[in-house]
Amino acid sequence: MLEPKLDARSFWTLTVAGAVALFGVWSLAALSGITSRTFLPAPWDVLARFAQLTVEPFVGHVLHEHLLSSLQRFGFGFVLAVIVGIPLGLLMAWFGWVDRLVSPLFETVRFIAPIAWVPFAALWFGTGIGGPVLIIFMGAFPPVLINTYRGAKNVDRKYIEAAQMLGAGSIRAMTQVLLPAAVPSIVAGLRISAGLGWQSLVGAELIVASSGVGYLMVKGQAAISTATVMSGMIAIGVIGFLIDVALRRVQLVIEARRGV
Amino acid sequence: MANIVFESVQRVFRQGGNDFVALKDIDLEVQDREFVAIVGPSGCGKTTCMRMAAGLEHPTGGHVKVDGIEVTRPGPDRAVVFQAFALFPWKTVWDNIEFGLLSLGVESGERRRRIEHYIGLMGLKGYEQAYPHQLSGGMQQRVAIARAYVLDPKVLLMDEPFGALDAQTRVVMQEELVRLARQNPRTVLFITHAVEEAVYLADRIVVMSRRPGTIREIIDVKSVRGAEHWDALPRIEDVMDLPSFVHLRTHVWKLLRDQQGGDVH
Repeated sequence: MLEPKLDARSFWTLTVAGAVALFGVWSLAALSGITSRTFLPAPWDVLARFAQLTVEPFVGHVLHEHLLSSLQRFGFGFVLAVIVGIPLGLLMAWFGWVDRLVSPLFETVRFIAPIAWVPFAALWFGTGIGGPVLIIFMGAFPPVLINTYRGAKNVDRKYIEAAQMLGAGSIRAMTQVLLPAAVPSIVAGLRISAGLGWQSLVGAELIVASSGVGYLMVKGQAAISTATVMSGMIAIGVIGFLIDVALRRVQLVIEARRGV
Repeated sequence: MANIVFESVQRVFRQGGNDFVALKDIDLEVQDREFVAIVGPSGCGKTTCMRMAAGLEHPTGGHVKVDGIEVTRPGPDRAVVFQAFALFPWKTVWDNIEFGLLSLGVESGERRRRIEHYIGLMGLKGYEQAYPHQLSGGMQQRVAIARAYVLDPKVLLMDEPFGALDAQTRVVMQEELVRLARQNPRTVLFITHAVEEAVYLADRIVVMSRRPGTIREIIDVKSVRGAEHWDALPRIEDVMDLPSFVHLRTHVWKLLRDQQGGDVH
């Protein structure tokens, strides 16, 4: 988008126009009777179902309870990815031998899509929390590791030389030079990582959970309730968007402090 | 306090199967509390000399010793002031200056005392909590100089420390460095390609030639400075007007000009 920036008025007009177009076409299609309302509910049907799900339990829980249990799993998997990914990325950037030890394995394993871990997770953990957490971890971990590693590797050589000349050992060099220098790259990685983790979550819950938004959607499908399935999709989209907005805030604050 | 000794130092780079001799037959002793400037055209290997004393690069022949000990790796006993400042952008002025003291395990009261001393000396009072990007180039280099001096290192190594500054700031910094060096004599190896700077600051000037980098001549400035009372003059332009200064400057200039393509200021 290299054309001049839109003014605020056309910015919001276009935003609204996009939404109106989508919901308009959708409403017309639903009302035209091409297909049954069971398969293509109108937007207001979905909205009504959504509202209903927040008060009336479906497969054991109301919508926000499902969301809460999804968020909890996501939290575990994401935090685990951060706790493992950042230190490992720094170690790989600083010590050549750690890089050599880990890189070939990592470069292979990361091509196994998070969803491809589902059968394995089901065998190991059944419907316990371990399964979904593993799958979310597999989605969230690679971007954290890759961005930490790249950010740390790209540190301007002069900062490392300055740290060495000032007598810093490996631990101080990693925590006080590599880590802060890599922060912008790490935060960018966290945004990708949270997105992938949250996306993997639903895949995980489709199969290996007894609560959560993914579970709600699978059960909605079994009950042939398209509106329930679509309510779940909306909830996932909105929460994913909010997580990204929150992390983007963090990114902006950090960049402002750096004077970027 | 200590000396820096270069003993038949040689540095060869391998490039595409060819050996390229960057430095050859470097024999030099920077004596205890002596301020030695190395001048030479770009590519003469003067920065490499400094980096070898710092332990950031290694000779392929001969020895580099500081205080009689062979240099193997960088350390806080050989503080470096880099041309590009190399302050940590994510740390405040105070934390930048404190960084090396923490490596040395200096206890907190002593740390505070030493940092405050150099903050005062370098005119950084009131900027302790500022980040480097909030400071001008000249102020940033003051922080870098404070960060080096505060370690009380055996030797100070300066790699064109004023090369990135504008002309006015440069002059002020040169005057301050002279003041600091006279109050606080240290063993200093100072790299520059600016002739006047070298004549103004140094006790001795090492003039280098390039391809391969060798020492062409070593010039004694200290005896002239003492005899002609340069230090009695507070301002750099007054010193630069003295016939003794002009004579030395012209001499160094000619040495550099005699080499082909001597791109010096």
